[in-house]
Amino acid sequence: MRPEELLRSTPQGLYSPAGDFFIDPMRPVPRALVTHGHSDHARAGHGAVLATRQTLDIMAIRYGEGFAGRTQAIAYGESVEVNGVKVAFFPAGHILGSAQIRVEKDGCRIVASGDYKPGRDPTCAPFEPVSCDVLISEATFGLPVFRHPDPTEEMGKLIASLALFPERTHIVGAYALGKAQRVIALLRAAGHDRPILLHGAMERLTAYYEAQGVALGPVKLAREAAADELPGAVVIAPPGSLAEVWSRRFADPVTAFASGWMRIRARARQHGVELPLVISDHADWDDLQHAILATGCNELWVTHGQEDALVHWAGQAGLAARPLHLVGYGEEEEAESGGTPATDKENTASPGEAPAS
Amino acid sequence: MNRFAALIDRLAYEPRRNGKIRLIADYFRHVPDPDRGYALAALTGALSFRNAKPGLIRQLIAERTDPVLFALSYDYVGDLSETVALMWPAPARLEGPSPHPSPRRGEGAGRTASEALSPAGRGLGEGEARFHEGEARPTPGIPLAEVVHILTHMGRTEMPAVLAGLLDRLDETGRWALLKLITGSLRIGVSARLAKTAVAALGTLAPDDIELVWPGLAPPYEELFAWAEGRGPRPETEDPTPFRPVMLSHPLEEADRAGLDPQAFRAEWKWDGIRIQAVRARTADGLATTRLYSRTGEDISGAFPDLAEALAFEGAVDGELLILREGRVQSFNVLQQRLNRKVVSTKLIAEFPAHIRAYDLLVDGTEDVRDLAFDARRARLEALVSAHPADGRLDLSPLVPFANWDELAAARADPASHGAGVDAEAVEGVMLKRADSLYVPGRPKGPWWKWKRDPHSVDAVLMYAQRGHGKRSSFYSDYTFGVWTGETSGEGELVPVGKAYFGFTDAELAEIDRFVRRNTVNRFGPVREVVHTATEGLVLEVAFEGLARSARHRSGVAMRFPRIARLRWDKPPGEADRLATLEALLRAEGAEPDPQDTARPASRRAPRRDTQAS
Repeated sequence: MRPEELLRSTPQGLYSPAGDFFIDPMRPVPRALVTHGHSDHARAGHGAVLATRQTLDIMAIRYGEGFAGRTQAIAYGESVEVNGVKVAFFPAGHILGSAQIRVEKDGCRIVASGDYKPGRDPTCAPFEPVSCDVLISEATFGLPVFRHPDPTEEMGKLIASLALFPERTHIVGAYALGKAQRVIALLRAAGHDRPILLHGAMERLTAYYEAQGVALGPVKLAREAAADELPGAVVIAPPGSLAEVWSRRFADPVTAFASGWMRIRARARQHGVELPLVISDHADWDDLQHAILATGCNELWVTHGQEDALVHWAGQAGLAARPLHLVGYGEEEEAESGGTPATDKENTASPGEAPAS
Repeated sequence: MNRFAALIDRLAYEPRRNGKIRLIADYFRHVPDPDRGYALAALTGALSFRNAKPGLIRQLIAERTDPVLFALSYDYVGDLSETVALMWPAPARLEGPSPHPSPRRGEGAGRTASEALSPAGRGLGEGEARFHEGEARPTPGIPLAEVVHILTHMGRTEMPAVLAGLLDRLDETGRWALLKLITGSLRIGVSARLAKTAVAALGTLAPDDIELVWPGLAPPYEELFAWAEGRGPRPETEDPTPFRPVMLSHPLEEADRAGLDPQAFRAEWKWDGIRIQAVRARTADGLATTRLYSRTGEDISGAFPDLAEALAFEGAVDGELLILREGRVQSFNVLQQRLNRKVVSTKLIAEFPAHIRAYDLLVDGTEDVRDLAFDARRARLEALVSAHPADGRLDLSPLVPFANWDELAAARADPASHGAGVDAEAVEGVMLKRADSLYVPGRPKGPWWKWKRDPHSVDAVLMYAQRGHGKRSSFYSDYTFGVWTGETSGEGELVPVGKAYFGFTDAELAEIDRFVRRNTVNRFGPVREVVHTATEGLVLEVAFEGLARSARHRSGVAMRFPRIARLRWDKPPGEADRLATLEALLRAEGAEPDPQDTARPASRRAPRRDTQAS
């Protein structure tokens, strides 16, 4: 079977003609396979959704229980048949519940890796390379300037700043799902044991991580913190809220931002960040290369991000490579990097989340 | 080097002036001589390396990386030093066991090149498991003084290998800092003045105390630190004509004006020239010496020997550098032809006679008068100028009389009939100065205001966008826009009439960037052509100072100082303005065809920063 009969790009998203299902569709479809819970991949309103238990739970938290007609949970390593196409899910290491999806028919295997990172992250199952003929890879950080530093050292910068400015509240911008919880886990690993203050938007998701066995230590809502708890406290808030009224309650805060985009100084400055923390949930340039080669694929389709550079590299590495223009992906990342308020899905497209408070 | 790198990295993100001073002073307190002195030299722009130049950096990175990947990366990052610092391949090292099953190591161009070409890092023995972390830990502590010594003394032939060796030994921040040193532009929002203020903060000195001794000092400034910390005497300065930091103004907004009492203010013309400080004094042996400084304290005496020679007063005068021909002030375009010339020929001097139009006095004879009120300084200035006219090279900027804001607004709208006469073309507005204002360095809010003439504006259609550099890098921030050639709007074709890269807010930048990415119809290298038809496209309201005929633009006109005033999402491109509108404006302004000078709005910008109190 030709790969394009198994999966192809359509205006609604990645579609399997052979199995009549979509992967991470942007608009409501009868049957969707969802890699993970970020809003640029997981949307409400599909007829049926197949995803990991955790991704389904996260979608229910964000969109409400009735987010799809029906749902089916699938475990990592498990496979099911969908209209004659064999489908299996594998850990992607991106956030809790995130998966790569392998589709297979008549000896042709394609892996849609969704968003992934091979780096260590105690808040989710570790990435596994999945062997395949065609790999669909993201390229969010697909340029050789993106080589993420050790997240432990990045967290050391925050710890050092807390020591230098013990009287100031440190607000860390972090995406509500995944990054926020990872930042908390990194803070704990660095020995920070004070209660961590949360923006309302991340309360339920953080509680869900804790319930799934990810130990995050004491957390409380920032709005419930007393005035004398604020100096030297760490507050985690969605990036969009950093410039908003919400953060004005904190006297003279230090503004930090945990994102792979912080690698680029101009990006950090554009967002008025004083303490950029290069902590990313995506593969960096080196990770992308290793991960792609580890699958043993002979063809690479590159989705959202810096497709040009990765396609160029893959050509030199002897892979048939081409960009796969999918609409919509990566926009949550733009929001994560502090896109305009009007387009920040954090504020507009996640009715299940607590309003910023 | 690591501590210096950490300092400038942190400074680059610190928005607050006091925060910056605190960080620099903290560094000076904890880093010993001579390292801290070289850091001060770097922050004040006092370092320059003959054999280490940006061209060498390009050469080194070209040897180590794939050209396509480098081009894509540089385009994205928008800053050479940062791109190279980030891309610089980690030196080969012992590979630890990978925590992941990755049967084949990366065979990327960058990595292969790094292993082949970076012998310096081999055998450091610091290799950890390097699957995720971008780079090896740096060899601890190359002193900044050693780096400066190497860069200063290494010969041209050894420099490439030595510089590469240094880069191999540093981490990303260290590489970035080193490359910034070499390119000579830190661009971290720290002025020389601020760095000196941080030195003063080490003890009880005032920043101006440092300024007074500064011209006689050289890196690594050990005696300066000793003095600032109260451990040593005041360094002797040989310089009787130091620069004194200038006083700047705020733009006057409608809302500000409502709260101001016209009686409390004096008004002057705002001249479209270059801010200059002329200092003349006698040395210990009684000889007179003259220095001319730019607004930032750069010594520009050498560029204006005719002027420096003619001055005869003793003191320090603040004024505007202008070109006068037959007593008439020439346009900024004429002045520009005298600026930035390497050789100042007799012919140039004769053709472009330099002149100072004085508006303030900082030192009268040997007496510092900055603590006097504006009116008192003005009286002394008038006396000084009338006593020493310097062959007509020095005159007074007249006060503009007014009783209320309406009268001043009338003068501002029509300087020619309100006293500026034939010089009106060189007037770009009025300055308002409180009669009781002291001369305070910096930009205090309240005492001085600039009230510029209203700009023109036009609705144009976005045609091309290019990625910006520096602060705007990775965003499409340079916009070429056009107007319609037809009889009515929306007819004919759109022809470019200008290019603008500022005026918009960060939020608007993100909106335009998004529009560009979604509406690209063509790509030419770094330039994207965006959709621009009568029904589809983005209308920009562009403000500009004036128009000139231009042979370089297909439209035949060029704008002076264009900027984006508003985004007109509401307006269909078919309703944008026509070229005929601009041509009518051109005729109304009576502008002379002057394709050489006014056709380059960009080149006008750099010197503009030096103009009067702006």
